[in-house]
Amino acid sequence: MPVDVAAEVIVNRALSADYNLVALAAPAIAAAAAPGQFVMLKANAGFDPLLRRPFSIFEILRDGGGTPSALTILSKRVGPSTNLLYDARAGQRIACLGPIGRPFTIVDAPVEGWMIAGGVGLAPFATLAESLRARRVETTLFYGARRAAELFHLDFFRALGVALVLTTEDGSAGETGRVVAPLDRKLAARDRQAPVMLYACGPEAMLAATARIAARHQRPCQVSVERVMGCGLGGCYSCVVPMRGEDGGRHHVRSCIAGPVLAADQIIWD
Amino acid sequence: MDLSVRIGSLLLKNPLIAASGCFGYGVEYADVVDLSSLGAIAVKGLFLSEREGHAAPRIVETPAGMLNAIGLQGIGVRRFVSEKLPELRARNATVVVNVCGTTLDEYVEVSRILSDAEGVGAIELNISCPNIKEGGIQFGCSLNGTYDVVSAVRKVTRLPVIPKLTPNVTDVPSFARAAEEGGADAVSLVNTFLAMVIDIETRQPKISNVVGGLSGPAIRPIAVRMVYECRQTVRIPIIGMGGIADARDALEFMIAGATAVQVGTANFVDPFIWTKLVDGIRDYLQRHRIARVSDLVGTIDTHASATERSGV
Ligand SMILES: Cc1cc2nc3c(=O)[nH]c(=O)nc-3n(C[C@H](O)[C@H](O)[C@H](O)COP(=O)(O)O)c2cc1C
Repeated sequence: MPVDVAAEVIVNRALSADYNLVALAAPAIAAAAAPGQFVMLKANAGFDPLLRRPFSIFEILRDGGGTPSALTILSKRVGPSTNLLYDARAGQRIACLGPIGRPFTIVDAPVEGWMIAGGVGLAPFATLAESLRARRVETTLFYGARRAAELFHLDFFRALGVALVLTTEDGSAGETGRVVAPLDRKLAARDRQAPVMLYACGPEAMLAATARIAARHQRPCQVSVERVMGCGLGGCYSCVVPMRGEDGGRHHVRSCIAGPVLAADQIIWD
Repeated sequence: MDLSVRIGSLLLKNPLIAASGCFGYGVEYADVVDLSSLGAIAVKGLFLSEREGHAAPRIVETPAGMLNAIGLQGIGVRRFVSEKLPELRARNATVVVNVCGTTLDEYVEVSRILSDAEGVGAIELNISCPNIKEGGIQFGCSLNGTYDVVSAVRKVTRLPVIPKLTPNVTDVPSFARAAEEGGADAVSLVNTFLAMVIDIETRQPKISNVVGGLSGPAIRPIAVRMVYECRQTVRIPIIGMGGIADARDALEFMIAGATAVQVGTANFVDPFIWTKLVDGIRDYLQRHRIARVSDLVGTIDTHASATERSGV
């Protein structure tokens, strides 16, 4: 059941000229959230911009006693709302509605968890990695960005025991090129009998490529999609994704309530 | 203090209605809102059969507003009756069903099915959706069409019939009058204003349907004017909407002549808006010593002198 909190900004850290990490004091949301869920944020009062924006919950922060006290948001500036979030000051309050959406289905060992992240698509994987590692699932993060300076939080994942496969478009770290290339190779090299669950989040083209690769190697794949969203609660039918229904037909599914995590092989990638 | 209002034979416990297309089928909000606390819920527009609507992107923000072209995606009236209505009934929601059609016969058939179902409070005839090519708007943009749909539906149902009018015509009051003559119990207005937004870098429209309907605070003063004009023209109740974002906005519509109001876009921003609206209306009535909210309807004072108006 989502709640709306006027969450105080605890800290806002610029990670680059585009990316920032905001910590929001929203204990009720942090305590209820599952990996893959999101919040709807509005950082301004008034009408410009008017609507909230969806953001994946990046991390759950805990107090000394281990009780969830806050959540963080990994944001990349692309428009007015993310600009406001980039410029948010400690002490400021941001309307935060959540947790919302269908989370990832978490596998158990001996299934391995392979996470594929493109850019700000890293956002849902910090909490997912924690959940997978808590179950002792062998976990790999395939993580692609434009350049080395935009690969964030690597130590966090290393400390959890997550294997990293990095790519950059300019070759400044890891392999040069797109993140789906090493994914394809590693799936091809893997024993068919050894189970893997793929989890992907990132630009639409990357998700579509991941879905094709998953299908070719006959591996299940959960993708977290990002759509323009009006309300986050199923009210407006803005955020639909075309999916194949049980009848084989094409259906528009609301990604806010049926997703954001959806089965890659049911999405119609056109 | 009495917040109840009457729309034909339908008694609402307060004048606040969730606007069609902005509250799903109501059940989506059962976790965050006590559905029985709203005056009514106008559910997403329904045709006879299922529709998938337009491709994404379906919305884009505009200054103090938003543009949408959803394309009336919906599950069809029969699935609504079997899958959604029972839960709405169990939660004691007052349900207004937004009825769509591509032909006059479809409006009649959908309305007939709803009249036979248990738990429908009223029929809102959507003859004003700007986003689909066939049907709907072709009735809403013609005085004869409006009269014909309303009178045809009137013949097959005892439920209150509430045509929803488009603002995309020169003279909205004449459409309100056509609806009244056709036997409407009330009219609701306004639906969205046909509009468009272009990305100048790509030179592409920002929503897939090219054009869409503008809603939100940006349209409010125009909608208030249209409610005011219709109040001068018809005797049936008016359900006013367009950009209501707080209790003051709702009160403004009622003073202009709306018996009840609908709230759409603002519910996206704040799904908990409903109790705030009720509290704000109560406060106002108390402050102005008005016992019944219905006593406020149409009380606009257009005779005040210039000095009174400026507050000097
Ligand atoms: C996303 C969206 C979907 C809508 N769908 C419908 C619909 O199915 N039927 C209808 O009569 N009006 C529909 N409307 C119009 C609203 O009910 C309302 O008339 C309009 O948005 C103005 O009110 P507002 O400014 O409070 O949103 C829709 C509006 C929006 C924003």
